[in-house]
Amino acid sequence: MDWVNAVVQGLLLGGLYALLATGLSLVFGVMRMVNLAHGDLSILAAYLALVVVSATGLNPFLAIPVVVPAMMIGGYLLQRLLLNRSVDHGPMSPLLITFGLSVIIQNVLLDVFSADSRGLDAGQIENASIHLTDAIGIGVFPSVTLLVAIGVLGGLALLLARTQLGRAIRATSDDHTAARLVGIDNRHLYAVALAIALGTAAIAGVFLGIRTTFGPSDGPIQLISAFEAVIMGGLGSLWGTLVGGMTLGVAQALGAQISPSFQLLAGHLAFLAVLIVRPHGLFAPSGARQA
Amino acid sequence: MSLLEVETVSSFYGDFQALYDVSLAVDAGETVAIIGANGAGKSTLLNIIAGLFPNRGGAIHFDGSLIDRLPTHLRVELGISLVPEGRRVFPSLTVRENLLVGAYRKRPGPWDVPAVLALFPLLSFRSDQRAAVLSGGEQQALAIGRALMSNPRLLLLDEVSLGLAPVVVGQVYAAIPAIAAAGTGVLLVEQNIEQALAAAKRVSCLLEGRIALTGSPSELSRDAIVTAYFGI
Repeated sequence: MDWVNAVVQGLLLGGLYALLATGLSLVFGVMRMVNLAHGDLSILAAYLALVVVSATGLNPFLAIPVVVPAMMIGGYLLQRLLLNRSVDHGPMSPLLITFGLSVIIQNVLLDVFSADSRGLDAGQIENASIHLTDAIGIGVFPSVTLLVAIGVLGGLALLLARTQLGRAIRATSDDHTAARLVGIDNRHLYAVALAIALGTAAIAGVFLGIRTTFGPSDGPIQLISAFEAVIMGGLGSLWGTLVGGMTLGVAQALGAQISPSFQLLAGHLAFLAVLIVRPHGLFAPSGARQA
Repeated sequence: MSLLEVETVSSFYGDFQALYDVSLAVDAGETVAIIGANGAGKSTLLNIIAGLFPNRGGAIHFDGSLIDRLPTHLRVELGISLVPEGRRVFPSLTVRENLLVGAYRKRPGPWDVPAVLALFPLLSFRSDQRAAVLSGGEQQALAIGRALMSNPRLLLLDEVSLGLAPVVVGQVYAAIPAIAAAGTGVLLVEQNIEQALAAAKRVSCLLEGRIALTGSPSELSRDAIVTAYFGI
């Protein structure tokens, strides 16, 4: 029964990984840019929530309406003022710039908030759970996380499929020169894409901060989890990202069941196994949208 | 004053000069063709007018205003639409989505999805299929339709007959009079001289980056065109 419980907990944890991974996947899809600061930006969002919570005494969930718009505006400006200067110069310069950004964010957070681990206290929901049997309990908070992840992915999928903005994003992803020829301002569109990506990263950051403690240097490990979820799911597939996140979560939970020290390694091994069997990921879209 | 006026425009790829002081004009509702061999600078000229490449020297006026420094998307806003060489439809979007995204700038005018599908009936059967699975001719029709969706005042067509079966080329060219009849100026680039002479009211021949000959198809002799085309 412990194993079944581990699988359930892993599936729920997958929601958090999917939330983390969505923005990374979107930015890569639209700009072919790997944002190495993605994990740090979601940790930054967790700290922003911490500031809001300390200043107002609000529940961290209520900080989301503040943190998400703040991160989206920040994302738009970051792309317009900094990253747009690098996207036309091959894949290397965005990598270096976002790597530098990652280092800067970590050090600023360290300077402002110290190296102590912090956490967001959401109250009783953190410990509440529904017991299906004696051995299997479904935590209310992890379930909310998964539902929010599904909601965010669903909303994003609808946006991409049904709206003119979504069509423009997909068109730019296909061919950014042809996109300019239909009148799309690709630099504005890139900034909108990063704004959406950081909005999702902000939600992920707040949920991460409620779930566990976080420190200034926790970004890169989040980035790796997000990466593994995206690659396992298949680049360019939103629902694949959810499945990738769940695969990672289940592997980690099963690993932890064997030995607590095996948790992270099990996730990485699952990632390697998927890469060997399906190098394009579990749900890679067929045809033109290949990286 | 013409709709489009290109005055003594030059262009460089690094140290290589692709265009030397090229001038031409297109009026509203007029179809003008640029012919010339591979590498003569025809596509370069269209890309400069669309704003994908910068021009060095000279000036480009559209409807009386200088547009040299405008980015591509703002030229689309003004009504300049390029059908690029190689079609470059959006492969992961459906035919209908390609057309809808073509109307991104929401310019008002006669062209909408039903009008484009009526112009190119071959597309209407495939409107919910991804553009990647279309044939070359269908993709070319889609690329033109996508450009029309912005209701352009000036339509730039780059080698629309390249790689297509003759019967399909005929279908694509049959659409041009209807487009020009709506008041749209058409500037087309062709390697196929016969096709260009049949479609255009005026023809300019580019030879190694210079305009070597210009005139109406009726007044240009076969020999003059061959000389201007090949430079012999």
